Amino acid sequence: MPRTTVFESVIERLEILAPDGVVDEGLMPGLNDDQVLELYRNMVRMRVFDEKAVKLQRQGRMGTWPPLKGQEAAQAGVALAMSDDDWLVPAFREHGIMILRGVPGHLVLAYWAGDERGSAFPDGVRCFPIAVPVGSQFGHGAGLGMSLGLRGEQAVAVTFGGDGATSEGDFHEALNFAGVFKARTVFVIQNNGWAISVPRSGQTASATLAQKALAYGIPGVQVDGNDVFAVYAATMEALERARSGDGPTLIEAVTYRLGDHTTADDAGRYRTEEEVEAWKERDPILRLGRYLQARGLWDDAREEMLAEEAAKWVSSQIEALEAMTPPDPADIFRYMYAEMPANLEEQMRSLIEEVAS
Amino acid sequence: MTAQRANPSEDGEGGLRAVPTTSTAKLTIAQAVRDGLAAEMARDERVIVMGEDVGVDGGVFRATDGLIERFGPQRVIDTPLAEDGIVATAIGMAMSGLRPIAEIQFMGFVYPALNQIFAHAARMRVRTRGRFHVPMVIRMPFGGGIHAPESHSESYEALFVHTPGIKVVIPSNPHDTKGLLASAIRDEDPVVFLEPKRIYRAFREAVPTDDYTVPLGRAAVPRAGEDVSLISWGAMVRVCLDAAQELAGDGISAEVVDLRTLNPLDRDALLASVVKTGRAVIVHEAPRTAGFGAEIVALINEHALLHLEAPVQRVTGFDTVFPYARLEKHYLPTRERVVKAVRAILDF
Ligand SMILES: Cc1ncc(C[n+]2csc(CCOP(=O)(O)OP(=O)(O)O)c2C)c(N)n1
Ligand SMILES: [Mg+2]
Repeated sequence: MPRTTVFESVIERLEILAPDGVVDEGLMPGLNDDQVLELYRNMVRMRVFDEKAVKLQRQGRMGTWPPLKGQEAAQAGVALAMSDDDWLVPAFREHGIMILRGVPGHLVLAYWAGDERGSAFPDGVRCFPIAVPVGSQFGHGAGLGMSLGLRGEQAVAVTFGGDGATSEGDFHEALNFAGVFKARTVFVIQNNGWAISVPRSGQTASATLAQKALAYGIPGVQVDGNDVFAVYAATMEALERARSGDGPTLIEAVTYRLGDHTTADDAGRYRTEEEVEAWKERDPILRLGRYLQARGLWDDAREEMLAEEAAKWVSSQIEALEAMTPPDPADIFRYMYAEMPANLEEQMRSLIEEVAS
Repeated sequence: MTAQRANPSEDGEGGLRAVPTTSTAKLTIAQAVRDGLAAEMARDERVIVMGEDVGVDGGVFRATDGLIERFGPQRVIDTPLAEDGIVATAIGMAMSGLRPIAEIQFMGFVYPALNQIFAHAARMRVRTRGRFHVPMVIRMPFGGGIHAPESHSESYEALFVHTPGIKVVIPSNPHDTKGLLASAIRDEDPVVFLEPKRIYRAFREAVPTDDYTVPLGRAAVPRAGEDVSLISWGAMVRVCLDAAQELAGDGISAEVVDLRTLNPLDRDALLASVVKTGRAVIVHEAPRTAGFGAEIVALINEHALLHLEAPVQRVTGFDTVFPYARLEKHYLPTRERVVKAVRAILDF
């Protein structure tokens, strides 16, 4: 028998909440009404925050901003599944889940407005800083998961990245480490269809991103990333696996970036309006809203109240941003090392003198 | 210097720019990149362009705008998002008869590719005793000043100059951009071509529509002077020119030397200027310690010490991480800092 099959596998896709708002009761995770309502509120808050940040950028009050519009379910679903002591390792489009995990909204705004203090999260917030170099955070997530295991913690590391990021070597090295060492890590890929102008099909010839896990001996699953229940259920399963010492999981959440790549981008150069319109039909917020209405848990009055409340919260974050003192030029030097070396002392003094004169 | 050096006569005399005799177009630096790429692709079908978003999108700075329409997706390749992969595959192409021009979207993202650049591109000719070589260009925007997000503002030219086997080219204006790019593409060795993004669209200049070269290894003197040499490259050349203008108001005559290529370095032009003026200020936005300015100071010491009227000064970035947008103005060398340095050595 010279040829035998030595490996065979399948990749599952999980869908629970259909675009028309109907759920598959057999697959529906055990969530009470308050939790479901909270998911909806969180997703709406994310969108209001995100849209406002884009506006701020247009008004010159914000730096380059990466909109998350359309990806709310992928972030809210994961956030709800995480325990208080789990860690988040974000890429750069995760402000939704960062805020849900305790990062103050005004700090996220400060970061993108060009202020380093935006990465100085309050004590106790279990979130790594934003990682701009694409794919560079996955290994941190693997190492953090290894560390949690070595130190006997119950917590799990949840690390995010995009479809484009799966092309970087860093992604493969991270999955490999995580597999070998059974890291307490969940990898979440927000496959939003695009990496700037390059479609998902231009990144890899694989049919799914989830199947990349298999080569590293890790389970991989694809979920409808605009279906918050599927995202939640898959994340719960992955977290459970990691917590019981059975190692990492790769979740591919298939979603769509409804906005431009960043405020510096013009998506009209590389994708069609029809494609965007088709995805608007699959909007994760509309979908959950339909479900809530059908269940009698939601109506226009509540929607209005939520919109008001969200706008108020966003305003409070902008006020907090704008109330921040201007950054101190000496801070350029202060955080370079635990102790400042002589050359930096000298450079810092010359800058302080220059600023004062 | 090198056997492949382009015809120096095309650059006019003494590194000063020739008055173009052909028709010209008013272009920005970003447009001159695109024009230069198109001209070389039209001239030589071995030339291909590859990188993230260089095709359909035309590059995030539009430096490859329109190339895919003109030359097709076989020669203008939107790659997967992987810098090490881009450079590694470009090396394989260059070793087998193509002339790839790889774009790295920002210098702050080249680090994964340093493995390929340092371990292979730089060493292939010497390791194979000339059997293989890597005629490749790696383009990347570099430098600060555009309020970009984190990791989008670095200036690490010294890393590449410190790697034997890699040429390093940095234009400061549209005319040189097109001419230097042509030389880089026609060069037989790997060239890192650094584009000062702060001035990508800052001004337009007449650029010949025909193809022409500006040779590698030849500095330019965009402003002649007698009292002090301001030595720089890239976006800092403009800062030096502004400083020279201000100093002229006080009767101080500053010469501005634009190195244009850091490797090969036009040592003769650099030293000639310093010997003439007796004073030098080197300006770069890269961190100070072990920046390329330090190398220039050493060369001046070795070859022109006895001509100096005052110690050589450096106006540079700090030895820090490049600050985010709200503080970057404090980091970047300014006209004021250059003027201050000049006054300090004139008072020496
Ligand atoms: C190493 C690296 N290369 C290039 C970039 C520029 N860049 C920023 S985001 C991006 C696309 C990322 O695509 P994806 O991973 O799908 O995430 P998305 O933007 O869709 O959230 C690129 C090319 C970068 N930040 N880091
Ligand atoms: Mg993407």
